[in-house]
Parts: sequence; C-alpha cells; structure tokens
Amino acid sequence: MPPKCETHPIRTSEDVVRVRQVARAWATELKLSLVEQTKLVTATSELARNTLEHGGGGEMTIEFVENGIKRGVKLTFTDHGKGIADINLALRDGYTTGSGMGLGLSGSKRLVSEFDIKSEPGHGTTVSIVRWK
Amino acid sequence: MSSFHEVVQKQESVILSGWLSEVATTTRRADLMSDSQFKQQATELLRLFTEASQTSGHVSSEAFSGARDFLKDLARSRMNDGYTAAETAMFVLSLKQPVANALRDAYKNDPARLVDEIWTAGTVLDKLAMLTVDAAIEFREQVITRQQEEMLELSTPVVKLWDGILALPLIGTLDSARTQVVMESLLSTIVETNSRVAIIDITGVPTVDTLVAQHLIKTITAARLMGADCYLSGIRPAIAQTIVHLGIDLADITTKAKLSDAFALALTRLGKTVVSLKSIKTGRQEKAVDNFAQTKDT
Amino acid sequence: MDRIPILKVGDCLLVTIQVDMHDRLAMTLQEDLTNQIARHASKGVLIDISSLEIVDSFIGRMLANIASMSRVLDAQTVLTGMQPAVAITLVELGMTLPGIRTALNVERGLELLREHIEQQQGSVDLDEDDAAEV
Repeated sequence: MPPKCETHPIRTSEDVVRVRQVARAWATELKLSLVEQTKLVTATSELARNTLEHGGGGEMTIEFVENGIKRGVKLTFTDHGKGIADINLALRDGYTTGSGMGLGLSGSKRLVSEFDIKSEPGHGTTVSIVRWK
Repeated sequence: MSSFHEVVQKQESVILSGWLSEVATTTRRADLMSDSQFKQQATELLRLFTEASQTSGHVSSEAFSGARDFLKDLARSRMNDGYTAAETAMFVLSLKQPVANALRDAYKNDPARLVDEIWTAGTVLDKLAMLTVDAAIEFREQVITRQQEEMLELSTPVVKLWDGILALPLIGTLDSARTQVVMESLLSTIVETNSRVAIIDITGVPTVDTLVAQHLIKTITAARLMGADCYLSGIRPAIAQTIVHLGIDLADITTKAKLSDAFALALTRLGKTVVSLKSIKTGRQEKAVDNFAQTKDT
Repeated sequence: MDRIPILKVGDCLLVTIQVDMHDRLAMTLQEDLTNQIARHASKGVLIDISSLEIVDSFIGRMLANIASMSRVLDAQTVLTGMQPAVAITLVELGMTLPGIRTALNVERGLELLREHIEQQQGSVDLDEDDAAEV
C-alpha cells in the first residue's frame, strides 16, 4: 500500500524533475488515463517551477484523497517567497512577471479537476490541485 | 471489551442452522443458488466473523480484512448471479436474530449486559451488511461504465480513406465526454496509421454549441502540433449560422461543405491526383510509338 | 547525461530529446544548437520529441525560442513526433506553438526540410548515411 502522504523539497531544478516523476508514479497508482496523467504531471511541472523560481524554493506534498466513492490525488505546493499581490491578475492567460508566456498558473488550472490558490504578499504562496479519477 | 464473540464461537453450529432457517423464509432465492453453495458461504462468513471479533470490534480494522474481502467477492458474485443488493445485504443482516438468540441464552441473568452485547454484535453485522451494499453498487457502476465505453467506441469510428488520409464521420449529438474520447481516438489513430490528413465530418451532427466547437478546435490544433492537417467538412448552413452567431472563430481551420471536397483537397495536399484509366492507357500507347522521345516527368 | 547530442546530417542538424530535461539541460541545448547552426551554416534543424512524455510551458518556450533563433540564422526548424497526450495537454495549456512547422516523424520532417532548402537554394545536401555528431 502506498504511503498516505509524502512531502518533497523543491530547491533545485533537479527537484522539479523529481517531483514530476513522483506525480507520474502516483497518477499511475490511481490508474488515471494517459491523457489525465500527462495533464497532471504537466501541471505539477508548472507549479513546481513557479515554487522554485517565484517563491524562492519550497515543497510539494502529495496524497490520495476520497470524496464518497470518488478517489483522487491531491498535490500542494508551498513556498515562503514574496507572495502574489493580485491573484486574479496572475491567473489571467498571458500574464507574466518575467520573460516568457506566463501560462503556468492559468494553464495549470485547466489541467486539473480542482485548483486552489492562497497567497499573501510577504508571506508566500500555497497552491493545491486535485485530479479525481 | 465485548465478549459476544465467545458466545458466538461456542454456539457456532447452532447459530449457523438458525441463520440458514431464518434466511430460508426470506431471501434464500433457491432458484439462483444451490443449497450446498449457500451453506458453504454462510459457514465461511460466520467463521470469519467469529475469528475477527476475537481481536476487534471495528469492521475497518486489520482483523476484519479477511471478512471484508470475502464480503466484497460475495456481493459481486451474488450480483452476477442475479440477486438484488437488498437480498445480499439481508443475507448478512439475518445473522443478527440467531446471534441475539444465543446471547439471550448466555446472558439471561444479566439484562444490562445482554443489551450491550446484542447492540455491539448487531452494529458489527450492520456495518458488514453496508459493505455488501457498497460492493454491489460498485459492481453495477462498473458494468454501466463498461457499456458506456463500448457504446462510445462503436459510435466514433475512424476510417482510412486512403494512404495517409483519415476520416472521422461524427453522428449524433456531441457531448463533452464523447468529444474527448473522439479526440483521443483520432489522434492516436493518426500516429498509428502515419496519416498526414484527417477529415472530421459533421454532416450527421444536428447542432453544434460553443463547447463542442471549442473541443473540435482543440482537436484540430492538437493534430497540427503532431504534424497532421485537419479539415472540417459537412457543415450544414444551419450550423454555419450558429457558428457565426456564437462568434466562434474558425480562423485558420480549413472547412469544406462536403466530405468529397475535403477528400480532394487532402489528395492534393499529399501530392496525389486521380486520373482516369483511359488517359493512362492512351499515354502508354503514345510512348510505345515514340520510342526515342524523352520521358516526361509526371 | 549532461548534454543532448546534436547530429549533423548534411545541411541540417538533428536533435532527439529523450530525457526528462531539467531546466539547465534545456538552456544548454538551446545554446548548443544556436552555436552549431551558426558554425555549420545549417539550413535546417529537426527536433524529434517522440520520446518526450511531458512538454510543459518552459520546454514549449525553449522550442519556440530555438525556432525563432534559427529563423534569424536563416535555418528552418521542424518539430517531429509529438505524442497525442502531449499535444492535447499543450493545447489545454494554451500553448499552440504558432510558427513552428511540425511533422509526424523524422522521415517526414527531413522531407519537409529537404523541400524547403531546395526551394531556397536550388540544391540540398541531405544524405542521411553521412550523419555525424557535432
């Protein structure tokens, strides 16, 4: 039986690769379809990278969740960086604070079943996503 | 710690026969199962129940894992045989009466204790019965899901029109789930058959709303990313109106009114053309006559 | 593996991305390719991603950058072998990679490059048996 909950550090770009692989393993365990797996791992990559690059590093927690007969996997990305001043702005397609197309946050939202973000300037950001089977 | 399990263990055979006669009057369904098989299941369940209760009173504990697995399998096979979920649950619940009878005899001098033990044993059996209901429902849902998938597969065939040219004739209304299956099916067929052109024909689709249009556009964009062109054909005037009316932008998507037009375009795209056999024969005759002329590249 | 190998096939450069790249590796590839295009005056770049199971916005941007930089250096880029699940995810992400030519596989990709180069300069050197790592 897989562990109920795991936490992984996101401090280097190798960590981003590692958490991708962790997400893939858990998605396979949950028997998600290939497309659903790909979407989840891609969203993980986006959010992990955000945690590293905009949050100054942090961690990812992964766990299985249940809602009645529904089973799913939940990933939570936490950092203690600058935080996001205007969340709605950040969630808009094309918004970016640096070079690039800024699709990480808004794009990820479309790849998962549930998406939640909490951020306070100066206190960091927490993003959690759920993919139900 | 309750000790109903001690009583149950001592009176196992009495309880078993009490149980079997209890069920005989209600949910036996002798038409679905033989006597010996029924007795076998009852004996096994009683044994698992007694054994597990020695260690724990919690159905979700490790001690009851054997009982849980047995009940899951039991529920599935019963559903398969034709029992209803209620009949399967009643099978477990009707164990309560004979157990209560045995407890009454054991604690006849201690009513308070009797009530406690009956309640505890009853709760365990209630929870076990609930498990069978859950398993029965899960079984039904799996059947439904499988049937849905089969239906979807049947209604979204991808056909090969020519080497490198696929067609996807869509029939009926498109909902979100179906369009997604369609999309994935088309894209994987493109890879499998190495097709550079796919034609999505919606002649058989009565209405197209914004969501469906978005799905189609996404499919076409994804195909393009993979290296295949996608054409949309069979757009009836009514649908064309709806698309414009909804403000859907089909900007760089190639659309054709008829599938045949789309096919002709696909051939051109692949650098092919259709010639009549007569013209080829004539061509050969000419070359046979003119032996020393340069062969023109066709 | 700390560097992704680049093969020279006549007038073109061929890259096969097979590993789950971390960001540094991706940036190194971008640099390497640009340098090699300039060095060999390559006319075409073929990037095969048939083994890539994940393409996120960072990798997508890298591919778009490579295509832009190649264009500046007068080379055409073709992306081949994108897996269906990856394509579906990229579209959902909103990343459609406009301006990048794509092909189903390496064979078709080289054909496209051949046609393009022939158009440009009338002749093309693209003998696949002469492929060599740069």
